Amino acid sequence: MNNTLSVEKVGIADLKLVKTPQLIRTSGLGSCVGVIIYDFERKIAGMAHVMLPESSLAKDNNFNPAKYADTAVEKLVSLLVANGAKATSLKAKMAGGAQMFQFSSANELMRIGPRNVSAVRNELDRFNIHIVSEDVGGNSGRTIEFNPTNGILLIKTVNKGTKEI
Amino acid sequence: MTFINQFTTVHLDFLKEIGNIGAGNAATALSKLLNKKIEMNVPDVRIVSFDEMVEMAGGAENVVASVFLRIEGDAPGSMFFVLPLHQANHFIKQMIGDIHFSFEQPPYNEMALSALQELGNILSGSYLTALSDFTHISLYPSVPALEIDMVGAIISFGLIEHSQVSDYAIVIDTALNEEGFVSTETVNGHFFLLPDPNSFKTLFKALGVEDNE
Repeated sequence: MNNTLSVEKVGIADLKLVKTPQLIRTSGLGSCVGVIIYDFERKIAGMAHVMLPESSLAKDNNFNPAKYADTAVEKLVSLLVANGAKATSLKAKMAGGAQMFQFSSANELMRIGPRNVSAVRNELDRFNIHIVSEDVGGNSGRTIEFNPTNGILLIKTVNKGTKEI
Repeated sequence: MTFINQFTTVHLDFLKEIGNIGAGNAATALSKLLNKKIEMNVPDVRIVSFDEMVEMAGGAENVVASVFLRIEGDAPGSMFFVLPLHQANHFIKQMIGDIHFSFEQPPYNEMALSALQELGNILSGSYLTALSDFTHISLYPSVPALEIDMVGAIISFGLIEHSQVSDYAIVIDTALNEEGFVSTETVNGHFFLLPDPNSFKTLFKALGVEDNE
């Protein structure tokens, strides 16, 4: 991946914003979903590393909004708008939501990847944000990097190389 | 009281003992299996952020071979046996007697995958049996699943139970290494035991340590 430009790193259950020419990256997404919401004209983008589908799963009221699909999307939208993005120009890309391990167990949490993906889709829909492209599901880990200058999302997978969406 | 504030040094020491007993048994099993001396370090019990947990296993993008299983029963949790690829190669070469074998590129040799899965089965099984015998808690391991991928993608799956309660996990970490095996990377084979948040009460009760809630 491009190492000449500065790259903002997003951790697990974390979210951040960048402006051109900075890149934004999150590493080792498994069942988690990396969602990027951006305003292409104003060259600003936000990324969240979502772990769980909805904040109702939180057993503590003082929770981290970046962790849940419903609160992370909302937080990204409000941060973007507060930093000069236009709400009606926002678009999204997303990746992740893999099923890393195959279990026959009835535990619903084992299906967390697909649930995260559909929760992020629902939230983007709620804010009328169009999903330009996505690379979700499967059973591989992903590292993703978004460039707000050209709107390209790079996806790196172990043994499968890198692709752009 | 928040989830992580309930743990005192005494609690952490008891958890360390759990790591000692479980991983000690697993190290003995590994030693018998390979007919080699296995070194085990003193278990480390840490309260870590999710990112720190992934760093402990070599960083989010580090590619590892990992056996993961869910523990069911009275004290549910997750368990990972994580091997850096070079160490997985080393162990499997000895197990299947093929010195040219490597996990660097798929498609992986079926026999090697099966041997690795079996290695994970035996080691995690002996870890849990020792733990169950010591605490008299019923623990039932699920069939272990094997994955070769980025550590972040693998470990984050075991953090899901914790993530509903807090932004931190309590991890009981024990490193294993074959004596004299010169590791080219800093990360050795690790056992990561992640009891679910609700399991700590059961564990402490079984160990006879007062819960200070």
